Amino acid sequence: MSEERKVESRKLHPEVYWRDEGLLFDGSRSGRIGVQLPPVGVEEVELDQLLPAEELRGDLEEMPELSESDVIRHFSRISRKNYALDIGLYPLGSCTMKYNPRINEETARYTGFAASHPLQPDSTVQGNLELLWELEGVLKTLTGMPRVSLQPAAGAQGEFAGMLMARAALDARGEQRRTVLIPDSAHGTNPASAHFAGYQVQELLSNERGTLDLEDLERAMTDEVAALMLTVPNTLGVFEDQILEISRIVHSKGGFLYCDGANFNAFVGKALPGKMGVDVLHLNLHKTFTTPHGGGGPGAGPVAVGDELVPFLPAPTVERGADGSFYLDYDRPRSVGRVRSFNGQFGMMIRALTYILSMGGEGLARVAEMAVLNANYVRQGLEEDYHLPYSSPTLHEVVFSDKWQARHGVSTLDIAKRLMDYGFHPPTTYFPLIVSGALMIEPTETTGKEELDHLIAAMRAIAEEARTDPDLLKGAPYSTPVRRCDEVRAVKKPVLRWYPPEPEAG
Amino acid sequence: MADSAHRYIPVGYSDLDEMLRAIGLSTVEELFASVPKAVCFEAPPAIEGPLSDQELRRYFQKLEGNNQVAGRDLISFLGGGAYRHDSPAAVDYLIQRGEFLTVYTPYQPEVSQGTLQAIFEFQTFISMLTGLPVANASMYEGASAFAEAVLMAARIKKKRRKVVVSRAIHPEYRATLATYVRNLDFEIVEVGWDGSGRTDGAALEAVIDDQTACVAIQSPNYFGVVEGWQRASDLAHAQGAVSIGVVTEALSMALLASPGAGGCDIACGEAQSFGLPVSYGGPYLGFMAVRDRFKRSMPGRLAGETVDSEGRRVWVLTLSTREQHIRREKSTSNICTNQALCALAATIYLSLHGRHGLRRLAEMNLQRAAHLRRRLTAADHGVSPRFDGPGFNEMVLRSSTPVPGLLGALEQEGILAGVALGKDYPELEDCFLTAVTECNPPSELAQLEEALLRRTRQAETVGETA
Repeated sequence: MSEERKVESRKLHPEVYWRDEGLLFDGSRSGRIGVQLPPVGVEEVELDQLLPAEELRGDLEEMPELSESDVIRHFSRISRKNYALDIGLYPLGSCTMKYNPRINEETARYTGFAASHPLQPDSTVQGNLELLWELEGVLKTLTGMPRVSLQPAAGAQGEFAGMLMARAALDARGEQRRTVLIPDSAHGTNPASAHFAGYQVQELLSNERGTLDLEDLERAMTDEVAALMLTVPNTLGVFEDQILEISRIVHSKGGFLYCDGANFNAFVGKALPGKMGVDVLHLNLHKTFTTPHGGGGPGAGPVAVGDELVPFLPAPTVERGADGSFYLDYDRPRSVGRVRSFNGQFGMMIRALTYILSMGGEGLARVAEMAVLNANYVRQGLEEDYHLPYSSPTLHEVVFSDKWQARHGVSTLDIAKRLMDYGFHPPTTYFPLIVSGALMIEPTETTGKEELDHLIAAMRAIAEEARTDPDLLKGAPYSTPVRRCDEVRAVKKPVLRWYPPEPEAG
Repeated sequence: MADSAHRYIPVGYSDLDEMLRAIGLSTVEELFASVPKAVCFEAPPAIEGPLSDQELRRYFQKLEGNNQVAGRDLISFLGGGAYRHDSPAAVDYLIQRGEFLTVYTPYQPEVSQGTLQAIFEFQTFISMLTGLPVANASMYEGASAFAEAVLMAARIKKKRRKVVVSRAIHPEYRATLATYVRNLDFEIVEVGWDGSGRTDGAALEAVIDDQTACVAIQSPNYFGVVEGWQRASDLAHAQGAVSIGVVTEALSMALLASPGAGGCDIACGEAQSFGLPVSYGGPYLGFMAVRDRFKRSMPGRLAGETVDSEGRRVWVLTLSTREQHIRREKSTSNICTNQALCALAATIYLSLHGRHGLRRLAEMNLQRAAHLRRRLTAADHGVSPRFDGPGFNEMVLRSSTPVPGLLGALEQEGILAGVALGKDYPELEDCFLTAVTECNPPSELAQLEEALLRRTRQAETVGETA
């Protein structure tokens, strides 16, 4: 950066100056360190006496040298380039960006949890095992399913584990079913998980109501079909009101009904997958149960199963002995095996149980009620300005399209980027795939009416801008830390890490 | 109605009627008209609460108090894929900033540069440590990262169905692999070890053939023995197979020749050591790095550098046509949510340690483990190192008395001396795995040594009087 530019920048508000914060490697200065290590405390032997010379690497010369305050400032500065749920509404449909309570962060950090090692003897981790037992218990209560494995690391892994169990149960019956039916409105993880579990995917088309067509289902549901993977409510926010008929059709042909519980927030405490005839279901603790998204994870994807699938649950399970003590049961000969090391995303389970108890049973039902109320309020506030491709009743999320704005040359992308200038994170865009130019809004229950009113006003103002000044939208956003990013260039010329600058010639 | 207001639900009682009126309804229940009554709760679910923060603290403090943990109630030498390392206070502070903690996957780069920049920095660190140019923005944890690496290798070597795996790879990683491929048409061939504790080279050579898609070893392996990558890589490449290097103790990469330098095409494993608590097994941090020519076969997210419309250097998620949200069943993996916040913690941890701190820390782990090994060898402690291959911070000890009894007795003295190996390796029933990190000060090493000596003397006394 030239001297002139530096002076120029310093005249600006610090927030603007920090937009130029470089990579931490750019800030490295020889002779700095950000930790104080304890003394070795034992007699030190030359390295080459302990390890063969060819197995030693040289100095980590590419690694940065930074003081603790350098590091704190670097990460604090770049953090301010993020929009965050703690700052405002984050209406990403199907992502359930709801408030992440701080007490969850506190309990997850208690020493007795954080310092417990996964290979400790069960006798020394009775608190952990009781916690897992309790969490499985409340999830059984909320789903109406007989058992829950907490092991899967995220929703997609829960799907994968669930589909493996379905396959194992079919194998046990001696049935070679290799097809899975998936509606065209499903999350991309559904077909991907089914594929990796060894199935062929057959897509089902949604009808004009945005739900499954029962005649189509009846035709497709042959004795070659292992399962129907269904998201409830679906990604349009529409509840399959024929769910009991759907499960009857699937079961009558000997298939399993898989429920993607990504949208569980819409009916938590109100309805039970167990009563819908669901055989296997995954939940996302980072959605309905408020564990933080953290920029893309960690999540946790518990998988709940009906009686026929219980023997195939991933091992180990948590059991309680006759003496009241808890233990990990590895002796599950019909298990599909483990889908990851150790005992799952334990820290996320502490947070989820903290949240569940902070709500209570009635509170959780209230969660679904207010989440659905908010989505409907937004729907009503915007349906005159944005095209609503499906008019079926909305539960927790509502999907609009850019059909009316497209007449003015304005796309969903432009609307999303412009919304940033109004101080909001955009909704989910271009998903579900069955809606061209989809704008999928899920306000969740943790936003109040006045902020919903702001969102509605901003979206309506953008609709007006689309009519009167479409070029304005095409250049958006204007007020964000950086402007519209060139994603095409990133693909064409991938730059995927930093390299030290070439030494200057001469 | 204020009594029934809840602290996490700002919507509600004062606004409720107005909002219902706006949408043309009179009761909340009408919102759920599309949900058949037959599938609904008849009464609210029987779950305790709402609890106050004070009540929650009491409940969870009681549970955590029912655990006995290292640093508070016990001395621990447990490793086996989860390692206790000190994490600077700055790490946990920074990852709790709302601007990092409460953000989604950075699909909208204009309002997510903080996360994207940190991911790019993480990829750079993993690339430096593994010696491979392209690192993704995290996998769930080591075992599933390993399974995904094998699937990736099989995609690269389309027609080859044989997977050669060292038995000295972490047992839970191999179990996870078995789960991942249980419905796919693979032949997994496991290879044992030699007297040094390294994977048996002759056996490895014998099983690798032109049908082999990949060869996977771990170093330091599950027994703590430094294998070195080159031999297995050369054997793999000689038959046109992909070489996979697995690392469960990421700190070792600060000291040992990198997988990339040793010829591995894919490095994968667990980076929990970089700033994450052992936390009973999760959340941890899977990583994967690959050669440049394989980057489009890679699972998981990648951040790349580009420019914005004003020419600024910016970062975006890229090469996403590999991913499930675009490619669905043809994607390279079903992974969506990953371990982004854990990757951020590791990035901060690595920034703080930096060039010299990380190296020094790795050396400290090596020196302390070597010290314990020397002490246990110098006199009869009833245990002795089982393998003579070089180690990093972990070792297999053979006990002259039955292992469950020995570990149980030491546990009674407040020492978790190691992980019994009999469950996973019946032929090592007389052995256990002991790890030493900077969290085991010299005084703890001495305590372990004394406890073992005491038991040996007691055994001798009992033997003499018998």
